[in-house]
Amino acid sequence: MLHPNSTVGRRPFLRHALAATAGLALGLAATLPARAQDTIKIGILHSLSGTMAISETTLKDVMLMLIDEQNKKGGLLGKKLEAVVVDPASNWPLFAEKARELISKDKVAVVFGCWTSVSRKSVLPVFKELNSILFYPVQYEGEESERNVFYTGAAPNQQAIPAVDYLMKDEKVKRWVLAGTDYVYPRTTNKILEAYLKSKGVAQEDIMINYTPFGHSDWQTIVADIKKFGSAGKKTAVVSTINGDANVPFYKELGNQGIKAKDIPVVAFSVGEEELAGLDTKPLLGHLAAWNYFESIKSPLNAQFIKDWHAFIKNDKRTTNDPMEAHFIGFNMWVKAVEKAKSTDADKVIEALPGIKVPNLTVGTSEMLANHHITKPVFIGEVRADGQFDVVSKTPGLVPGAAWSPYLEGSKDLIADWVKLKCGNYNKVTNKCGGA
Amino acid sequence: MRLLQDRIFALMVALALLLAGPVCRAATLEEALQHFTADDFDETEVGISDVAVSGNPLAQAIIEALQDGRLLYSAEKKQVFVKDKSDRLLDAATGNPAAEPAPADVDTVRINNRLRRGIDAALGALTLRDPDAGRRLDAAQAVFKSQDENALPSLQKAIDQETNSRVKAAMLAARAAITLASNDASEADKVAAVALVRARGDQDALNLLAGLPTDSPPAVLRAAHDAVASIQRGLALWSGVQNAWYGLSLGSVLLLAAIGLAITFGVMGVINMAHGEMVMIGAYVTFVVQEIIRARNPALFDYSLLIAVPLAFLVAGGVGVLIERSIIRFLYGRPLETLLATWGLSLILQQAVRTTFGPNNREVGAPSWMSGAFEVGQITITYNRLWIICFALAIFVALIGLLRLTRLGLEMRAVTQNRAMAAAMGIATSRIDALTFGLGSGIAGLAGVALSQIDNVSPNLGQGYIIDSFMVVVFGGVGNLWGTLVGALSLGIANKFLEPFAGAVLGKIAILVLIILFIQKRPRGLFALKGRAVEA
Repeated sequence: MLHPNSTVGRRPFLRHALAATAGLALGLAATLPARAQDTIKIGILHSLSGTMAISETTLKDVMLMLIDEQNKKGGLLGKKLEAVVVDPASNWPLFAEKARELISKDKVAVVFGCWTSVSRKSVLPVFKELNSILFYPVQYEGEESERNVFYTGAAPNQQAIPAVDYLMKDEKVKRWVLAGTDYVYPRTTNKILEAYLKSKGVAQEDIMINYTPFGHSDWQTIVADIKKFGSAGKKTAVVSTINGDANVPFYKELGNQGIKAKDIPVVAFSVGEEELAGLDTKPLLGHLAAWNYFESIKSPLNAQFIKDWHAFIKNDKRTTNDPMEAHFIGFNMWVKAVEKAKSTDADKVIEALPGIKVPNLTVGTSEMLANHHITKPVFIGEVRADGQFDVVSKTPGLVPGAAWSPYLEGSKDLIADWVKLKCGNYNKVTNKCGGA
Repeated sequence: MRLLQDRIFALMVALALLLAGPVCRAATLEEALQHFTADDFDETEVGISDVAVSGNPLAQAIIEALQDGRLLYSAEKKQVFVKDKSDRLLDAATGNPAAEPAPADVDTVRINNRLRRGIDAALGALTLRDPDAGRRLDAAQAVFKSQDENALPSLQKAIDQETNSRVKAAMLAARAAITLASNDASEADKVAAVALVRARGDQDALNLLAGLPTDSPPAVLRAAHDAVASIQRGLALWSGVQNAWYGLSLGSVLLLAAIGLAITFGVMGVINMAHGEMVMIGAYVTFVVQEIIRARNPALFDYSLLIAVPLAFLVAGGVGVLIERSIIRFLYGRPLETLLATWGLSLILQQAVRTTFGPNNREVGAPSWMSGAFEVGQITITYNRLWIICFALAIFVALIGLLRLTRLGLEMRAVTQNRAMAAAMGIATSRIDALTFGLGSGIAGLAGVALSQIDNVSPNLGQGYIIDSFMVVVFGGVGNLWGTLVGALSLGIANKFLEPFAGAVLGKIAILVLIILFIQKRPRGLFALKGRAVEA
């Protein structure tokens, strides 16, 4: 009895509870170092609640599957892998807090996580300060290369530019609507695309740029505007960087107002199999998406991956998508790099990663480059009636990801090279590290 | 004179095709079909036009099958099959059932947007004399868009036979479009064609005229330029009407989302942050109803929303009563605690739905009577928006009726206006509280049924509407249903008139600023409630 003379009330209870919690925490802390020696911990930093849960939950599941499979193969360096899952709840500052918790408290060797660019930007300082490794699996706006981050999603030159090239060549598009959600990824991508289109001789009056808030649900006016913009006698296409939930009402409105892909095609950079699963796809037949992976691509590795995924998630209807493949590539690269370095020490693994090659799920072998981006094939797919994509065009080989866009004034002289130059923003003109 | 020559020429071509048809028909079709076995878009394109001009009676069926993804090929056996409606394989060249067993490597002939346009053009030419007037109209539209000179002979014949004036006008416009695109039509013909196209006055006509090749004769270009200006003037007038319609439709969505809140917040004074989640529950009820119908009795699908309406009301209303009995009744008169409690509740409900149904969007299909659109003048009216406006107004009328004409409504008004007096008159006030909250929640559930048609059905559905709902209720005047109606519609229309100038992001900000200013001036909203219920 700690409090023999306590009267009935809340305070003693509180004290008991506090003491118990402290004891529990101490006990846990005592057991942690012992356990840390027989497992290698892998942090998973994806939102499981809040607005981004819709996309990120699947990535948590695919990581668990990959770790599970690696353990079945005997683990890594003779140790079992152990996943540490945290929920940053779609809350950007919480991402940084949870990253800190993963690295300093749980002592994870590597973190796989983040979806939105703002969440990545919010964890960057933490990874730099505590010197750990982040694998980022989502297509993003580029203009970044950090020593502690490995970008397995597409840079703009691996998604946006090839898509626009396809429309220009195959569909003879002359007039462009750049529609996006109002935040950093669409704004930067559209800036790059605008500069690119102008370099190809497209006039200012043939480009319409439109931004909408997150979760925009009333698309009537904008779709009518697109229709109007598209009836000026030139073939028109929409390049959509609309993100997340706003896509469903956007496509519904397109379908209802009778805008068919054969008249005004929409090519999207954030709409994959997962997003289409919530839609009736018949009115969307022929609209396009540009990705580095489609579930419908036939290859032995992809078939195996889909089979494993269905078995793991116990649901045959769950689709696979591009960021899942990015985690597949990233995880395998990390495993190979650890085997090469014979250690999970961050500095050694960061050094070992560039040059690592692992097969991707579709064609060929992806390589981690000195700028911490990877080589990927680019596919343009058309929406099919069953919610999958038909590949209508693919790049001849793998495209190396470029951290800095040559079409933007501020970044055309920059290169990233963490092998020779040890710099993420080396200026070729002034020969200095550090941007300008 | 020129026109007559053209006609004679066209007739001769048609005649020649007819005569040549029987001789080389079989060979042509088989050869044309071979193009489909290459799995190459360019080859398939050649195949489409070859099949279309083969003159074979099977041509239409083959191209329709290609359009619907029912045309299959075997690369190994170099054979092409059509899958009919009952999933039987037919040999495309003969139309007879294919030899069993089918080759192992059958796969669908893939098409892309370029081919879809080719298919439309080919089918347009083939269906110009279809017995169904609707299909003839579609065919004329397709030819108008493709401007395919090969379609001219059959178009000419179709025009001569056409009796339906609307279809005939479309066909004449289609012929004019071909004339404008043709290299050897005379200048006078082209000017006449511009006038014909101008008479259509819609965006397709504008598109065609604005896109005339710049090397056309100057007189044609001048006529086209005038026509473009005149069509644009006409369309500008219509765009005002269009904005008003869009505003009305946005307003009806706001009304739907807010009207339940007008009861729980407006009438009862409960700051209910979980209101959006009631909307979400309604949408998920719709999803569950559709899933059951899909699994058990797909024929009932068109009635799924009608079945979902009462169920969503009951489920959301039930949850509402439960919340009122277990949480809110302890918190009356403590707005801050209510706000926190209902906010927490909304998170709990979201996560509960996320755990049960998964975090992904769920597909809620549109019944056939809610899909598609029709044209009024130069604006497109979509059926789903039209029905949602009707639904919102119907709910509003029903609610007003309930509050005005029924005993329950009378008791509700009595309790909310003067609780002590109502209790003294023998009204069971706590029962009325539960029912009123349940009513507001049930109506939010009804809104969910409608919103499932235009928005994502995901655990986050409600969050997008909660702010807008409070905005409407406060702007319209707390405690007044008519205020909610007027508030919702005027906010919707103001938003839609601002959006074309300011863009969606700035438009929304402008509306919020306007409301802040308005509330400064009139703190009680548009329709301030007068009387004893209002505390000073």
